[in-house]
Amino acid sequence: MIELKEVTKEYSKGIAALNGINLKIAQGEFVFIVGDSGSGKSTLIRLIMKELDPTSGTIVVNGQNLNRMKHRKIPMYRRGIGVVFQDFRLLKDRNIYENIAFAQRVTETSSRIIKKKVPAALSLVGLAQKYKAYPKELSGGEQQRVAIARAIVNEPAILLADEPTGNLDPTNSWEIMKLLEEANDRGTTVLVVTHNQEIVNEMKKRVVTMKKGVIVSDEKKGGYNNEN
Amino acid sequence: MKISTFGYSMKQGVKNIGRNKMFSIASVATMSACIFLFGLFYAIVINFNYIVEKAEEGVAITVFFEEDATDTQKTQIGEELAKADGVLDVNYVSAEEAWDNFQGNYFGESADLAEGFKNDNPLGNSDNYEVYMADVSKQADVVEFAESLNGVRKIRKSDVVAKTLTSVNRLVGYVSVAIVAILLAVSIFLISNTVTMGITVRREEIAIMKYIGAKDGFVRAPFVFEGLLIGIIGAVIPLVLLYFMYEKAIQYVMTKFSLLNNIIDFLPVASVYRTLLPVGIALGVGIGFVGSFFTIRKHLRV
Ligand SMILES: Nc1ncnc2c1ncn2[C@@H]1O[C@H](COP(=O)(O)OP(=O)(O)OP(=O)(O)O)[C@@H](O)[C@H]1O
Ligand SMILES: [Mg+2]
Repeated sequence: MIELKEVTKEYSKGIAALNGINLKIAQGEFVFIVGDSGSGKSTLIRLIMKELDPTSGTIVVNGQNLNRMKHRKIPMYRRGIGVVFQDFRLLKDRNIYENIAFAQRVTETSSRIIKKKVPAALSLVGLAQKYKAYPKELSGGEQQRVAIARAIVNEPAILLADEPTGNLDPTNSWEIMKLLEEANDRGTTVLVVTHNQEIVNEMKKRVVTMKKGVIVSDEKKGGYNNEN
Repeated sequence: MKISTFGYSMKQGVKNIGRNKMFSIASVATMSACIFLFGLFYAIVINFNYIVEKAEEGVAITVFFEEDATDTQKTQIGEELAKADGVLDVNYVSAEEAWDNFQGNYFGESADLAEGFKNDNPLGNSDNYEVYMADVSKQADVVEFAESLNGVRKIRKSDVVAKTLTSVNRLVGYVSVAIVAILLAVSIFLISNTVTMGITVRREEIAIMKYIGAKDGFVRAPFVFEGLLIGIIGAVIPLVLLYFMYEKAIQYVMTKFSLLNNIIDFLPVASVYRTLLPVGIALGVGIGFVGSFFTIRKHLRV
């Protein structure tokens, strides 16, 4: 599904944010990416999004080599990927319904389908009642649930989450993780960057640990490794 | 692009305008001023052209013959003149006709005053050719040419009128082109600024759109609509304004300077707008498009 071979990324010459990364993620996997601040986790996510191009090495997603992907093919590629960020990134001037409908407008979905899918996505994250509310009227946890609804409304094959619980208390963090796990249960490949030790240890998923741009451990049913 | 997407982009374009009102208003105002002045100059130039054309029709060189010129010579002179460059028409005026015209001009209503001259035409020797010019700027050449012909005694011409008409006409043309060009540049600049502003305000939204997989066109469309809309509004306002002002202005000139009534004839507003309306709208659309499209290309690397 996702394969990185000898991927190196230098933002400025000589300083590698990622240094020769090799990583293989199969379809339907749930993977935690952990590591110190600055170890290159977000860089990895952005490379998979094709928001950045690697300095060297190849990235293949769904059989497509990202290095050779033409600029105009990027939108279609991204439609197969849902993203969630630490800071939610909702549109403040639109209500919840519009925020999720927006994700479908962007992909030129017809209004008829939008009307069906938005409520379905909202009830998946347990916010069916709040569709008229604006982001500022919701708690952080609720906002992040909206962001997840937006990420899954187009039924992507891959879900990327960069510290989705970074701004949330433990209860809300767990709710968000459960939603991501549910998406994974429906067949979506899920990649979660997190600093939340408790959750990582509890969930017993695959854990990839990074340090200074390299992968230092990769364990099936692993835990949060502090020593590295 | 799907119809629903088109509708969505249009709505977003309208919202953009609402979001940065001040810039939008400034753009529309400049656009309006630009197209208003364009329309104004166009109306002036086209009317001036029309007046000049009318006047040119009246501008004639009169060619008189030597006393001993024979009829064959006269015919030959006529033919030579008709062939000359810039000549529209050559008209033979017999001595009797010349006298009749003279009478008409000088005695007017009281034609009986002229009765005394009836059998003794004082202009007996004044049969002539009236040479009408198609192109006044060639008048000097034609005069020179006529002077060189055998049997020509003298030539009467209205040099000053011809020269002034041509040069004024040209001057008005140049000045208006220059002013309109400057205004066009200012309009494009302002629309470009408005769109840049809109892009800055919506950076975050644009970033999200790109994450979700929006195509370049989808991200850009609202901004292009915004520019087009500003352009169209900025064209319609001055065109409507000018339409009503034009008629009022002509009425005013005609009543204030009733003297001019006989000499000058203005074009009706409908015939001015037959060209001005499509050109004005096209200008608005064009400026709006150029101002937004290239700005987006520059600031919205998607
Ligand atoms: N746009 C950028 N330009 C230059 N350097 C950058 C840029 N983004 C990240 N870096 C550098 O690349 C390295 C990896 O950054 P990255 O954001 O991937 O870390 P991270 O693991 O996500 O950290 P955190 O846990 O704090 O989010 C860091 O040293 C960072 O300073
Ligand atoms: Mg990060």
